[in-house]
Amino acid sequence: MAKRVGIEVSIALAEAVKLANVDVIPAYPITPQTHIVEHLSEVVANGELDAEFVLVESEHGAMSCCCGSSAAGARTFTSSSAQGLLLMSEILFIPGPMRFPIVMAVVNRALSAPISIWNDHQDIMSQRDIGWIQTFADTGQEAFDLMLHAFRVAEDRRVSLPMIVNIDGFTLSHVVEAVELLSQEEVDQYLPPFKPRYRLDPRKPITMGPVGIPEIYSEAKVAHNEALKASKKVILQGWKEFADLFGRQYNPIETYRSEDAEVLLVTMGSISETAMTAIDTMRDKGQKAGLVKIRLWRPFPGPEFRKAAGKAKILAVVDRCLAPGAICGPVGAELRSLFYKVPGAPKIFNFIAGLGGRDVTVGRFEEMVDKALVFAKKRPKELYEVIGVREK
Amino acid sequence: MIPEFEKFKRFKAKNLPKEELLAPGHRACQGCGEVLALRMAMKALGKNVIVCMATGCMEIITTPYPQTAWKVPWIHIAFENPASVASGIESAMKVLRRKGKISKKHVDILAVGGDGATSDIGLGWISGAFERGHDFTYICLDNEAYMNTGVQRSSCTPYGAMTTTSPPGKKSFGQVTWKKNVPGIAVAHNIPYVATASPAYFLDLMNKVKKAALVKGPAYIHIYSPCPTGWGSAPERSIEFAKLVVETRVFPLYEVIEGRYIMSRKITKPKPVQEYLKGQRRFRHLDEEHIAYIQQRVNADYEKLVRLSEMT
Ligand SMILES: Cc1ncc(C[n+]2csc(CCOP(=O)(O)OP(=O)(O)O)c2C)c(N)n1
Ligand code: SF4
Ligand SMILES: [Mg+2]
Repeated sequence: MAKRVGIEVSIALAEAVKLANVDVIPAYPITPQTHIVEHLSEVVANGELDAEFVLVESEHGAMSCCCGSSAAGARTFTSSSAQGLLLMSEILFIPGPMRFPIVMAVVNRALSAPISIWNDHQDIMSQRDIGWIQTFADTGQEAFDLMLHAFRVAEDRRVSLPMIVNIDGFTLSHVVEAVELLSQEEVDQYLPPFKPRYRLDPRKPITMGPVGIPEIYSEAKVAHNEALKASKKVILQGWKEFADLFGRQYNPIETYRSEDAEVLLVTMGSISETAMTAIDTMRDKGQKAGLVKIRLWRPFPGPEFRKAAGKAKILAVVDRCLAPGAICGPVGAELRSLFYKVPGAPKIFNFIAGLGGRDVTVGRFEEMVDKALVFAKKRPKELYEVIGVREK
Repeated sequence: MIPEFEKFKRFKAKNLPKEELLAPGHRACQGCGEVLALRMAMKALGKNVIVCMATGCMEIITTPYPQTAWKVPWIHIAFENPASVASGIESAMKVLRRKGKISKKHVDILAVGGDGATSDIGLGWISGAFERGHDFTYICLDNEAYMNTGVQRSSCTPYGAMTTTSPPGKKSFGQVTWKKNVPGIAVAHNIPYVATASPAYFLDLMNKVKKAALVKGPAYIHIYSPCPTGWGSAPERSIEFAKLVVETRVFPLYEVIEGRYIMSRKITKPKPVQEYLKGQRRFRHLDEEHIAYIQQRVNADYEKLVRLSEMT
């Protein structure tokens, strides 16, 4: 039976990895991801989990090791943040087209320079196009649940793609929350053993990762992209079955008090919790504000987002990432293209907030909604504004 | 002593395996010493192996999709990381065997990289894999430059050699640094088996590869591999150079078994280095002074090696 406990979110997430009975964990430390791999190394050390914990010499080595392990047919997990994720970057683009269902927890953190260990989404947004399935958790329970969902979806033979669960560094990873931990029997009911279609095996030799000559390269890239898009069906099915078994339903796009809203805040990750409080405050004041949260970032659930946005006239899109020299932030840009020339499309304004651990308070969300209302009347020069920057 | 070596049967010219696991029809240049060395290594290993390969000439020439020259399972991920990929495979097989998910039978794991992949960009990855003690063999196919990208210098390029990034000119005489001692770096990791080999001595090469596979834990083999295209040498002379490099003491053949240096071939009457250098366009510009310097360092390095073999 599931049991409800007060637990640090990193540890809850690591418990999910343990319950998934993962085979190989190549890991390298970086704040704020460390508690996850420390806990896993502990459960391996005391025999609670039978896995190979590979103490690699770098994150690049970690992801390379993950590729080998997954190619050999092992359930494979790793975790990283910020500089570590970027050191992996060259290899992150490889398991997608090679169809290795590696699962990774990315504990989101700001990028150097200046060096900062604190939270935002610049790390994962810089790796947006690596071709992995990517989800975002808002709470500890979600981090635990989405982790199990990730193994199930990634390894499904119709999918066979790597998958990332994003959790915000510190503001989510290091807080203690009440989390319902599923029992081993419950997890086993949901997550079948990993049965790869292909593996490196001398009895059935295959060549993995050959040269993509011009006659085949485009086809290989398109095949991967098609697989990523088609994974949505399995992602949804995975969430539906999770709900059937355990009663918690997840959706690619979640809404909060959005039905009759004129202005919608759009968020990703744990700041959504504060945004909900802000919505309540604004509603109390009679403002028709609501919230849309993006849970599934890749493949991007376009139709679901359009439906969730409903008849809202204004979107105040929060990005946790500054894209230097760009028209706006990555989430803002995504939504602008989604709604381009769609009849009745909302006006979209982009707010860059919470960089490098800067708090995004209820007041800040109210400020964004107010500004969006003003911009809707008079178009601003720039399509985005960085919130809460000190002038002096 | 290494117990696995007790059951080791040496290859002889008479009993060479016939099967080609690296099939003909690949796209290597004529007289390519790398592909020859690799073919011999594969013969020595047999079918029961998984190969992880770095980006480089051998990866490109063997796998232009939809063709493959590989009759054994083979994987390429990137340039610097075959040792890490091998680490992942070895760890996976270990745990899957333990959990009864795959056959208990042992499978050899081979990582292969060029001199650039090994001595420069991948050194840290190799060091990590050696330090962790994975049971695998790493072979460096040393053609003494980045050939796949058009003959740029690596830290294994010999002193004085001309490459596209170490061109001789008014203010330069070619490569200014001495070849990095990668086998020595491997030895410093206290791994059980390290060896050097040359395809001219093919039985020696094959025996060393087989021993490396037999040994439990990491093994490293550094194989000198002539590259007529990159060196400006005649393709038909590749084997000759692979022999001369040993006879001149430029590339001595030895093993290091559990830290003990053993000379595979003592060169008591060395030929002058000049004999090895001539006939290769990459050395053509060298004057007597540089050749004298090379001779002197080759002598010193060889003596050091002999001393090591006497001491250990
Ligand atoms: C990270 C990265 N940097 C550079 C390259 C370009 N590159 C591919 S192969 C190669 C040279 C390989 O040289 P070596 O390892 O000596 O093998 P060879 O081709 O000589 O057999 C280079 C520089 C790459 N593929 N990846
Ligand atoms: S360039 Fe040199 S190493 Fe590469 S295939 Fe040709 S001969 Fe072999
Ligand atoms: Mg080379």
